[in-house]
Amino acid sequence: MTTDPRFTWLFWTVWRRNLFVYRRIWTINFLPPMLEPVFYLLAFGLGFSGLVREVHWNGQTLSYTEFFAPSMLAATVMWQAFLETSYASFVRMFYQKTYDALLATPLTVEEIIIAEIVWGATRAVIAAVLMLTVIALLGYVPSLHALAILPIAFLGGLAFGAMGMATTSVTSSIDMFNLPIFLVITPMFLFSGTFFPLTGLPAWASGMAQGLPLYHLAELTRSACLGLLDASSLWHMLALAACAAIFIPLSLAGMRRRLVK
Amino acid sequence: MRSANDATDQPVLELTDVRKAYGDFEAVRGVSFAVSRGECFGLLGPNGAGKTTTIRMIYGFSPRCAGEIRLFGQDIATAFRRVKARLGVCQQGNTLDPDLSVLENLLVFAGYFGIPRAEAKARAEELLAFFALEGKKRFQYEELSGGMARRLMLARAIVNRPELLILDEPTTGLDPQSRNTLWDRLLDLKRQGMTILLTTHAMEEAERFCDRLCIIDHGRVVTEGDPAGLVAAHAGRHALEVESPEPAMAEHLAAAGARFDRSGRRLIVYGDDKAALLALRERFCAESGFLRPATLEDVFLRATGRELRE
Repeated sequence: MTTDPRFTWLFWTVWRRNLFVYRRIWTINFLPPMLEPVFYLLAFGLGFSGLVREVHWNGQTLSYTEFFAPSMLAATVMWQAFLETSYASFVRMFYQKTYDALLATPLTVEEIIIAEIVWGATRAVIAAVLMLTVIALLGYVPSLHALAILPIAFLGGLAFGAMGMATTSVTSSIDMFNLPIFLVITPMFLFSGTFFPLTGLPAWASGMAQGLPLYHLAELTRSACLGLLDASSLWHMLALAACAAIFIPLSLAGMRRRLVK
Repeated sequence: MRSANDATDQPVLELTDVRKAYGDFEAVRGVSFAVSRGECFGLLGPNGAGKTTTIRMIYGFSPRCAGEIRLFGQDIATAFRRVKARLGVCQQGNTLDPDLSVLENLLVFAGYFGIPRAEAKARAEELLAFFALEGKKRFQYEELSGGMARRLMLARAIVNRPELLILDEPTTGLDPQSRNTLWDRLLDLKRQGMTILLTTHAMEEAERFCDRLCIIDHGRVVTEGDPAGLVAAHAGRHALEVESPEPAMAEHLAAAGARFDRSGRRLIVYGDDKAALLALRERFCAESGFLRPATLEDVFLRATGRELRE
């Protein structure tokens, strides 16, 4: 007798469930990615530009807001995907027993977990598109390369979504998420060439920052917004893909251990 | 999607020497039973006896450690997808989706089985009517009473038109009205030919509802049969119950080799001979003793002991 496949297209039904719930409160979901850039650009544009006249990045001379605006896209992708597969997935798994119900259907653990990660990436893409629109309207996106933000945000979303899910698989209580967020995500948010270019840092610090997935994502979103995507962008894509390739199997193994009893 | 070897006389569900251990703890130690098509089979046992573990292995939630589980003639370990498509499961706890309304819970769940949208909609309407939830279809999760939530769980469990319905303590925690409504609906399903496997602590209901049942304890099947047969074999037709009997009574019963149990201060004597039990009452406990028909609860307590399980 043949063995049934562990993974099929049925995983879209779980993705669709999440989209359905998301759409119901779309006004609340849409607001942060649209308002955040306005607030940040106002704060940095009005308050900061007096302190920092220009920023040198990749051979370009940029105003601080030109440098910073694409960083927000990268950061949003990270936060959206990571928070979705950490807090939100944990609530579905632990409090709502949604996974228990799903496991009584033909769905497998693998399908459920991949659907959650892909959903996290989808959320990240939606937020990135909204934010990109606002940033473009404010005049910070001079290039059509910016359309590449869609696949870039999806890839980044997969990487950070997988990191969130791997964390969820080993987290015993919801309060525990403060730890990875405080120790990993927040430092990454600050030190990934998002608020300042890495070129100003000592070699050791810049070397460490280049190991952070958000650094690669921020380089990509900045290149895309400014129309500077080139062969080196592929390396950044590869770095994000590698991150996803490490954390997706880790999430699956962790969740199998956790759910299959 | 039935396979060629799916003959009608073949059991819908067959367990052979199934075992499950968690580390050193053996939750299920060799359970075997079979359920035929159209039958309602009860799995009874005290808390911690291994009922839920057994059920979880059957619907593929927990992998078994040893033994064989065949559903519709197929092995759940390899044909999990094909088998689960034909199963309906109503879990013990509430696993409804709190982010969705009543109707959406059914529609989205049908989606997990790959049921097309229009078909899902038709089935959902039908099920809402069947479970008296028509007026509640826009209700959000937090607006549902315990009884409504359980009915919705059951409706959701059969949205894929399962050939075997698995119910883990379907009526626990419900008020008598909700419980009766639920049993009525289950009886309707049974009459429509649905094969049902259930666990319950409600002895009276199991006695009425199950065609056959087995009592499991400490991970093993203690006894199996039809309710009336089990009562006759383990208790007899009548039971004489006495509150705080005089010590002489127990001594007399032990000497006579009578079938009796003690439960705290209570003493229960079983037998088929009504006259003999009445004579016993006359002699030892004319006031405090009372005669009643023996029930499945007597069988259950005899088979699993009367001490408290914790």
